[in-house]
This record gives sequence, structure tokens and C-alpha cells, in this order.
Amino acid sequence: MAAFLEVQNLVKSFGTNTVVKGVNFAFDKGEFISLLGPSGCGKTTILRMIAGFERPTSGAIRIDGEDLTHLKPNQRKLGMVFQAYALFPNLTVGDNIAFGLKIAGMPADQRRARVEEMLRLIGLPGFEKRYPYEMSGGQQQRVALARAIAPKPRLLLLDEPLSALDAKIRVSLREEIRAIQRDLGITTVFVTHDQEEAMSISDRIVVMNAGNIDQMGSPHEIYNRPATRFVAGFVGQLNTLPEATFGPNRAIRPELISLAPRPDTDTTLTGTISDVGFLGSVVRLRVDVAGTPINIDTFNSHSTTPPQRGDTITLHLATKDVLTLGA
Amino acid sequence: MKSDKFWAWLVFILGSAYFVVPLAATFEFSLRMRRGEYSFDAYASVFSDPYFASSFTYSVVVGLFTIIVGIFVVVPAVYFVRLRMPWLKPIMEFITLLPLVIPALVLVYGYIRLYGSSSFIPFTGSVLGTDILLTCAYVTLALPYMYRAVDNGMRTIDIGTLTEAAQIAGANQLQIIAQIILPNILVAILSGAFLTFAIVIGEFTIASLLNRPAFGPYLVGIGTNRAYEPAALAIISFIITWGAMGMINVLGRFAPRTSARTD
Repeated sequence: MAAFLEVQNLVKSFGTNTVVKGVNFAFDKGEFISLLGPSGCGKTTILRMIAGFERPTSGAIRIDGEDLTHLKPNQRKLGMVFQAYALFPNLTVGDNIAFGLKIAGMPADQRRARVEEMLRLIGLPGFEKRYPYEMSGGQQQRVALARAIAPKPRLLLLDEPLSALDAKIRVSLREEIRAIQRDLGITTVFVTHDQEEAMSISDRIVVMNAGNIDQMGSPHEIYNRPATRFVAGFVGQLNTLPEATFGPNRAIRPELISLAPRPDTDTTLTGTISDVGFLGSVVRLRVDVAGTPINIDTFNSHSTTPPQRGDTITLHLATKDVLTLGA
Repeated sequence: MKSDKFWAWLVFILGSAYFVVPLAATFEFSLRMRRGEYSFDAYASVFSDPYFASSFTYSVVVGLFTIIVGIFVVVPAVYFVRLRMPWLKPIMEFITLLPLVIPALVLVYGYIRLYGSSSFIPFTGSVLGTDILLTCAYVTLALPYMYRAVDNGMRTIDIGTLTEAAQIAGANQLQIIAQIILPNILVAILSGAFLTFAIVIGEFTIASLLNRPAFGPYLVGIGTNRAYEPAALAIISFIITWGAMGMINVLGRFAPRTSARTD
């Protein structure tokens, strides 16, 4: 099967500053793709080039075989949700959702039906006559999502759509976005700097670092087999292990170290607890192992009190869980 | 606390008196046309003068055209400078301040030179041409106010993201300005429009030197020939100007409300 969204040798320079350095990827129809990376890594620039807001310095962008590279944004038939909602303040919710349909020349009665369908989909039926300022941020962003998908775009672009929201809304809305995306089977590109967000909703993640792709793969692959030191450090927590015992560039995830031996553990380390962080379901211990700080995540237990600062403990780990970090 | 308030009130009262006393005196004088008692005779005399109605109507019509032309010039200019050429902004600011620096007299002499009946573009050769020239001159005079009003209006909305949101939905540049940008800065545009109107209604120099029957020259003419009517006219123009300013305040309440919320 030919790729649906294809990006080829994409380069973008602003003056002498090259922010996207020859990026290639190809994804299938219906996939939920996240572009993940720290600010300034070029992920937003790639999204804006797909949208048509930035012109690539070189390279090509294709959707379903059609070259979009030189089309204007309003000719691309894409949908986009912005970080700041960007609802039109002068229009009601219904008119916001119908905006693209009206521009495309859909008759009024069909528009009305489509708006109703969209409002049901986002769980806000009967909100047609409201104005954006009368709604909460989460509701506004759902309307923005409805506005983006109402004209049945070929591709849905999400530019950090959750970043302006409170933590609780962020989690519930991301699950909602994913459910709607699955329902409609719409190919989606999601830009975020939040690795947890990317891991929880993506089919595939593109980890970006300084204008290049460091790794592309499923959340499971990226977390368990990080290709570079940057990916390993950026996605999830990581402990660098003492070089004397394990050799150079060895690391392990905090949840793979346990306080009691497991059937698969074959190595032990001894250290002093320097800090105890109680996070609710998880207790995070900071242990000083001969000068190397190591974080351990253990599950909270109702019956046993967590270890105290200053305690000396033995850590158990399995050599097969140790990651060797490349460049 | 108490003495703080005392001084604040004193300054306020002195400041108010500075503005109110001459006005009150003018008003009082305008009522004294009939000997020995107060009356509105001066106002009746003004309103019954056919030149009052005709010159006022003329200025209102010129004012409306000035507003329309001003909107067509200023709104797209501010929009594109803010969106695509922000480096032009200081130059824009400078240009829009020029009408405050260059006296209207200089402006109109320049116009007469450039567009006089013996020039290549003889605007002043016909009545319509002169009216067009007058309107253009007023657009220039109102530019500092119109530009600032529109610029402030655009500052309160995120025109960059709104433009992108409309673009990706398929809208072209004209649709974006007409359907998204204009309605969202309408209140700002109207406040610029009322300022423009207030300027045009009272303007004397340009209208007089272009020899057009505007309200400003009529006011001056009455002022040199009559006793009580000028005072009445002054009060009438104050009421018109205040009305325009009041409208700006009333409209301010309908400004688009920000919808940035995190919940």
C-alpha cells in the first residue's frame, strides 16, 4: 500500500538558520502520528509546512500522491486545530463550525445538519447559538476540532491543541480527540512537546531533535528501544548506571529497578536513599549509589510504609533491561 | 486619607471649571438674544437659516465618504503590515503622524499647486473634482486617528492565528478580511469613524480654501457677522462632537470579548 502522507527531504531555513534539516517520513491513511520534541526542534515548522503557512526551502509534501508543496493553505483541503483555539470571536459556535462548509458553497440546510452532527460528535449538542467567550477552554477547543473536521479534510493537523488547558481537561480531551479520530479514521498529525501525551494517543511517534528525526516508531518501540541518547532521555525517565560496574553509556528506566529480587533480576546495587517522593500511586526514590544518583519507581502499597531518607537499601535489576545508549 | 481626597477633589474641580466655565458662559450668552429674558431665539434663528442645513448636510456627506475611503485605505494597510511586513510598522507610524505635524494650510496650498486647474490633474477644475479632493484631504487629516483606532482594534485579536484558521478552512484573503477581520474590529473602526466625523464637521481651513460650502466655513462666516448665533452654533457643534465621543464609549461595550480560558 502506497503511503498516504509523504514528506520527502524537507528542508526549511530562516536566513542562515536551518530549522528542518532534510526530513523524510511516510504514513498510512488513518494513522495518528505525533511529532514530538523540545521547543525549537522543528516539529511545528514541519506542521506549518504541511498546512502551507511556511514554504519549504526544498523538498516535497504529498498527500495521496498529490504534490501539495506549492499549493496555498486554502487549496489544500486540510483541517487544523491551534493551540490558542482561534475560534472566530464574532461568530456563534454553529457559524464557526459551518465556516469552512459555507466557504466551500454547501447549501444552508446541509450545513445545519452537518453542524448538528458535529456538535453531537464532540458532546456539545444544542450549543449552536453560543459565542466562544461563553464557553470554557475545553469546550472551545472541542468546537475548534469540530470546525476542523466538519469539511471532511484529507488530513487533520493538531498544533499543541492541549497546551493551553488545565491538566485534567488535557487528559480527558486527548482521549476524546483520539476516540473521534479513530471513529472517523482521519489521518492526523499531532505536534507536542509532552512525551506522555504523545505516548498515550499515537499510533506512531516521530521524535525530533534539532531539525532532524532521531527515531520513528510506535510508542512501545520508542520507549523500550530508544535509538539515541536524546530519545532515551527525552521520552520517559532514565538512570545512567555507574560506569565502574556496567561500562560506559549504560542506562535503565526507573520502573525496571526493584527493591526485592524478581525471578529475572541478576544484578544488585547498594545505596543510600537521598530523597523520597510520594506521587500517589507511585513512590519515587532517589538513591545515591557510590556517587551516582539513581531514581526508582515503586508502586505505593497500603500496608507498608515507604522507605525513609538515609536508609541503606539494595536494588535489584536485570541486565537484559539495561539500555546501551548510542551517540 | 482625608487630605489626599481633598487635594484630588480640588484639582478635579479646578480642571473641570477650566472646561465648564467658558462653555456655561457661552451657553448663557446664547440664550440672551431676547432682551431681558432667556430664550432659544438664537437657536431658532440658526435652525431657520437655510445655509445651516445645506452646509451641515454637505459636511455630513463629505464626512461619510471620508470614513468609507478611510476604512478602505487603513484597514487593509494595517492588516497586511501587522501580518506580513511588521518591519514597515515604524514607517507607518511616522507617516500617519505627518498630518498632525504639517499644518492644514500647507497641505491645501500643496493641493492647489498640484491639482489646480492649470495642472496635469486638474481636480479643482470641477465641483465634483474639488469634492473628491476635499474628501481625500480629510482622509489624510483623519489618518492619525483612524490608523490608531484600527491598529488598537487589531492588537486585541490574534489576527495571525485567525487568518491561518480561516485560510486552512479554505477562505481567500478577501473573505478573511470581510468575514473575520472586519467584524472583529468593527467597534474600533466605528470609534475611528466618529473621530473622523468630529474632525470633518468642524474643519475650516481646507474647505474654505477649496471654496466648498462646508459647515466649518459657515460657522466662521456666522461668527464674524452675528452676535448671539455663533454662541448657539458653538453649543450645537459641541453637542454633535460630544455625541460622537459618547457613541465611541457606548460602542466600546460591544467590543469582542476575549475567549482565552484554560478550563
